[in-house]
Amino acid sequence: MTALTVLETGPLATIQDRGRSGQAALGVPGSGACDPASYALANRLVGNHPGASALEITFGGLVLHADTDLTIAITGAPCIGVPLNAPAVLRAGEVLRFGPPRSGLRTYLAVRGGIDVPPVLGSRSTDLLSGLGPAPLQPGQTLPIGCAHNPMPGVDLAPVADPPAGEVVLRVTPGPRRDWFTDAGWTSFITQTYDVSSNSNRVGVRLDGNPLERARDGELASEGMALGAIQIPPSGLPVIFLADHPVTGGYPVIAYLTAPSIPACAQLRPGQSARFSC
Amino acid sequence: MRFLPAGDSALLVELQTLDEVLGYYAALTADPPEGVIDIVPAARTVLVTAAPQSARSGAEKQQAGAPSVSLQQLERALRAVVPVAGQSSGGDLLEIPVVYDGEDLQDVAELLGCSTSDVIERHTGEEWTVAFCGFAPGFGYLTASASWDIPRRKSPRTKVPTGAVALAGEFSGVYPRESPGGWQLIGRTDLRVFDQDRDPAALFHPGRRVRFTVADPG
Repeated sequence: MTALTVLETGPLATIQDRGRSGQAALGVPGSGACDPASYALANRLVGNHPGASALEITFGGLVLHADTDLTIAITGAPCIGVPLNAPAVLRAGEVLRFGPPRSGLRTYLAVRGGIDVPPVLGSRSTDLLSGLGPAPLQPGQTLPIGCAHNPMPGVDLAPVADPPAGEVVLRVTPGPRRDWFTDAGWTSFITQTYDVSSNSNRVGVRLDGNPLERARDGELASEGMALGAIQIPPSGLPVIFLADHPVTGGYPVIAYLTAPSIPACAQLRPGQSARFSC
Repeated sequence: MRFLPAGDSALLVELQTLDEVLGYYAALTADPPEGVIDIVPAARTVLVTAAPQSARSGAEKQQAGAPSVSLQQLERALRAVVPVAGQSSGGDLLEIPVVYDGEDLQDVAELLGCSTSDVIERHTGEEWTVAFCGFAPGFGYLTASASWDIPRRKSPRTKVPTGAVALAGEFSGVYPRESPGGWQLIGRTDLRVFDQDRDPAALFHPGRRVRFTVADPG
């Protein structure tokens, strides 16, 4: 039975869960929700299993029609026109319209019971880099909803701050190839204010700023990359790896985001300012 | 062996040679340390990721099935790993039938200073081992005992077809699906090295032995 029909998708809306862990040695990226904290909260608010699939909505614009009565929760970037950080009931026939977010980039919609599409390699996540999992949402598509297994948590509202609209500070630890950069390069990395490039996506956040000075030239043999790796390609400008990043990469990793900074990084908008702090 | 930091819950183990990587990876996967959730071998390194300590609640940790460990505990466990000799994990030899009609076959022959039939003979004549995977789901970097050293194409193709058999550097590979690529194409196979609806989806996994054969025409 279908339970939600997609009327409009906005720039990008995908189905996401916790991703495909443990298969990186086969070349399968992790994928999953870019902002894992908002995703987890949305599922908790409707009493879903922590790995249930939800929708990840990039910069609003999604319009959904409820085919049946549903319990939902919306978290992450606060879109105009929809309830936030609280469970809500959507009646059959109602239309849910996500306006542009007041701040942040990615909004999560959990439906009680989860989005019930077939898993691919153990996950229902759309992986835009490798093409695994369901395709991004399309207008006219219907989304089946699974059965609820757990009781509702009895939470009316989760007190969560909106993603900041101004400069965001991302905490880092030195990465495996810190020594490929001069001390001046490292200082430049942690003191300058970068602009988030419009060329960012679920694979990575690209930053514009002053190129970093390298201590050594030459090529690095490809090596494994984990979530939050900050690669410095020959341009000298950082690329921060998000959920759909490749499992290996050939450019030196100067630093890693700390785990709590990953959701903050996933909410950065093109044009927003970001800075690193050690 | 060096242990390099890779974020809150991973360490990058750096080794001297690809053989050492294969031996270390084989030992690690045979008896993974407590808390390890992902192991990614590459050309000179093995990335080892443990369950994150701070990011998950107790209930979620239980569901993930992996207890969390500190990076200090992880490094101690990784230092204690004794690499095993020998590259391959044993098991079945995967045969890959190849039609050797790749667009770069002639170029590769010229690079090696031999005929195209010599290239085919060399490619089919030895046993290859999947050293590591990456680039795309199911893409394996295969090495052989003889030293291959093939430069990549000067400008990568925007579309390499599914099943293309290729060479680059010391490696051979099979493109699991259509994608851009800069490797030299020497042939093609109908064998699907990655199929998300099959179990296992990926035919290549680190340590697997592979032999290329000349496909029966027609």
